[in-house]
Amino acid sequence: MTAAGMKERPGASATGRKTEGGPVLRVAGLTVSVRGEEGERPVVSDLSFSLARGETLCIAGESGSGKSMTSLAIMALLPQPAARTSAGSIRLGDTELTDLDDRRMRRIRGNRIAMIFQEPMTSLNPVLSIGRQLIEAIETHTGLSLTEARNLAIDALKAVRIPEAESRLKQYPHELSGGMRQRVMIAMALALKPDVLIADEPTTALDVTVQGEVLELLRDLQRRNGTSVILITHDMGVVAEMADRVIVMRNGCMVEEGKVADIFERPRVEYTRELLAAVPRMGTGSGRQNFRKAIENTKSTAVAVARDLHVRFDLRGGFFGRVTRRVHAVEGVSFSIAPNETLSLVGESGCGKSTTAKALAGLVPYIGELSIGGRNLSGLSRDGRKAVRRDVQMIFQDPYASLDPRMRVGDLVAEPLLIHNIGTPRERTDRVATLFERVGLSADQMERYPHEFSGGQRQRICIARALALRPKLIIADESVSALDVSVQARVLQLLKELQREFGVAYLFISHDMAVVENISDRVAVMYLGQIVEMGTRDQIFANPRHPYTRRLIEAVPVPDPARRRSGFSRLDQEIASATYKIGEAPHRLVLTDVGNGHLVAT
Amino acid sequence: MIAYLTRRLIQSALILLGVSLITFALLYLLPADPVRQIAGRSTTPQTVESIRQQLGLDQPFVIQYWRYLTNLVSGDLGRSYIQRSEVSELIVARLPASLLLMVGAIVCEVIIGLTMGLVAAVRRGTATDQALMVGSFVGVSAPQFVVGLLLLYVFAVRLGWFPIGGYGTWRHLVLPSLTLGILGAGWYSRMMRSSMIDVLRQDYIRTARAKGLARRAILFRHALPNAILPVVAMIGIDIGLFMGGIVVVESVFGWPGIGQLAWQAIQRVDIPIIMGVTLVSACAIVLGNLLADIVAPFIDPRIKLR
Repeated sequence: MTAAGMKERPGASATGRKTEGGPVLRVAGLTVSVRGEEGERPVVSDLSFSLARGETLCIAGESGSGKSMTSLAIMALLPQPAARTSAGSIRLGDTELTDLDDRRMRRIRGNRIAMIFQEPMTSLNPVLSIGRQLIEAIETHTGLSLTEARNLAIDALKAVRIPEAESRLKQYPHELSGGMRQRVMIAMALALKPDVLIADEPTTALDVTVQGEVLELLRDLQRRNGTSVILITHDMGVVAEMADRVIVMRNGCMVEEGKVADIFERPRVEYTRELLAAVPRMGTGSGRQNFRKAIENTKSTAVAVARDLHVRFDLRGGFFGRVTRRVHAVEGVSFSIAPNETLSLVGESGCGKSTTAKALAGLVPYIGELSIGGRNLSGLSRDGRKAVRRDVQMIFQDPYASLDPRMRVGDLVAEPLLIHNIGTPRERTDRVATLFERVGLSADQMERYPHEFSGGQRQRICIARALALRPKLIIADESVSALDVSVQARVLQLLKELQREFGVAYLFISHDMAVVENISDRVAVMYLGQIVEMGTRDQIFANPRHPYTRRLIEAVPVPDPARRRSGFSRLDQEIASATYKIGEAPHRLVLTDVGNGHLVAT
Repeated sequence: MIAYLTRRLIQSALILLGVSLITFALLYLLPADPVRQIAGRSTTPQTVESIRQQLGLDQPFVIQYWRYLTNLVSGDLGRSYIQRSEVSELIVARLPASLLLMVGAIVCEVIIGLTMGLVAAVRRGTATDQALMVGSFVGVSAPQFVVGLLLLYVFAVRLGWFPIGGYGTWRHLVLPSLTLGILGAGWYSRMMRSSMIDVLRQDYIRTARAKGLARRAILFRHALPNAILPVVAMIGIDIGLFMGGIVVVESVFGWPGIGQLAWQAIQRVDIPIIMGVTLVSACAIVLGNLLADIVAPFIDPRIKLR
């Protein structure tokens, strides 16, 4: 009997399935090798674990630890022809998966083992409707008629709490938000009630409130169907929230395995301890506030001031391509940043935090008043703007994409000096060398190219480049989001040190509340282009007044399994849009001072 | 949709106006004198002048162009200087043959090009891939009159499978279509290959595999519609390339289309025919592009016409 034939058809209740005591999945001595320039090298070595029915096993580790390769090996989806399973056994029930040919493996994939991926935006085919993609997954593994498959697809969408499930079938992926798409992916994976679900960083690309909902949904569906879950993540908060058992991986090897409580409370291995120590936690940043008390951000000394800042993007349509609608990306935002101060802008994707930063850096046209170092940007000549721009530098999110791969890193850091015509070549080289050493690199690395550096090192190079002009303000747009936690902690530390040393102010943009609490002096929470709450770090985190701020803080998974939340308040409607018809405008929020400069929208 | 079409058609009319102006100006500036061609060498200057007056060629450029334009609006493309018949009738008589050839060529290049590109992408890095890409390179670089003569020699003269030239049955159509199509097939196979390789790397292909879909379903249902988009846009532009090729190919194969008409007209400076053929070709290019743009949203729902 074939593997697919042994499986019960969907529709049977979870309790009706055979419930033998043994593990659902057993991996023994798994080794995955990748062929590179220097021959074959293992990326996963001698990994063994088992997965019980209904259990959630988290595989945690930093990038390059081999956690994703493990999941792809189980699915027999390793990137061909470079990677292969070179040793070991993967048993699903009584079936040895490593022995199966592609045709027989296909009957397992999507049927008995399903997988969801990190990027909901790109994981669905853009040219096929949601319904088509769901129904096709069902039809591949069952003999159901189109109508039956369609009904099953609707049930699956309802199970992941997608409103108006039936009409969604006709929609295409681009018509749905990231969170909705990830739910569709989950619906697709769970429609056939697989024995094992592999979720590879399923919430990493999602906003924190959406992450909470998706995790809750996964937990709920797992309870109902008795599915075993392998959850792959770098986020220890997610691990604490979800796991029964945890495997910590490093460089392709398992370094520790145990119950979730044991891993968090009694880690046996040094690496696990380091990993847990590096995790940014909320409620640990308060020591900083006292040191900051001295700073008074009076208007005269402010490095940057935004007053009633608006950024709008026109959408054209109609017969003559006239402007018919407008995205109100930033709507009446006002703030000021003092020297030596860190102001964080937080909010979920589309809230306008990056657009605000771009306006400040002179990258998008704006309405309102912006001044840097006391000079108003709007009245300036070309040369004047160039001079002001020296005072504002940016560090971006992706250290891989923000360095030109064809330039030496030394030249990349020297480039701002060259553009602004500062110093002789000799002086420039000296200054770059000093900067390299200051950010924790060595001066002899200046001759190398970006690809020779790790992600963390590249972000240090970006920091050096931003510092080259001795700016008054550095805008850090999600600058540590793409980094592993241990690297992230070190880069944050470096940013703090540099601030103390150079007195530079930061506009720190992040979606990660724990990181924000760690680095900020003041915090502004943005929602749909407007600030809903602004105050000192303690005011925001210890006494959040606006419901949206509270929601954001509550949604952050706490890296402590003892404080696991029982449920998460659900938001089943889509987030509102900042797009309005011409003539219509969003309701302007009024900020009221509730004491000591703590501003809350009412 | 209707608003979009109306706007595009107005744009198209403006493009055609521009084309007519430029072509007319170029022909006006041409040192060759059409009247000399009509009158022959041994005519008296008086006769030449009277012919010139008759045709209105003694008028200033602006008046000549304005007269042409007003006639054009009422559907009158003028009379041929040499053949002494209406240009529109000449073109209408020959257009079907050229359109047939064009359709044949598009079928050839799409079938050959897309298949080659698809196979090469799937077999990427193998000997098959390399062989196909060498083939496509030859197709792109070989001049059409050489390809035409070669095909004629092998398949008509040596093997006798197809007639040497002429017009009438499907067998007449094969070699000229192939000759025209091989160039496009070379381009399309390269485009299709790189586009397909790119698509096969996408996350949604991995998702399709994770669902347990068969290879064929992944390739044809998930990858192909995504990969074919740039090629569809290219077909629209390609109709312009055809117009150049058609002049050569119709001459080689004795195909009675507008390419031949144009060729003869150019040799004899028959300005009304040259103008007429140019405008018809421009129309074809504009419509081809419009068609490609209209088809695109049916392949990719993210594209909206506005």
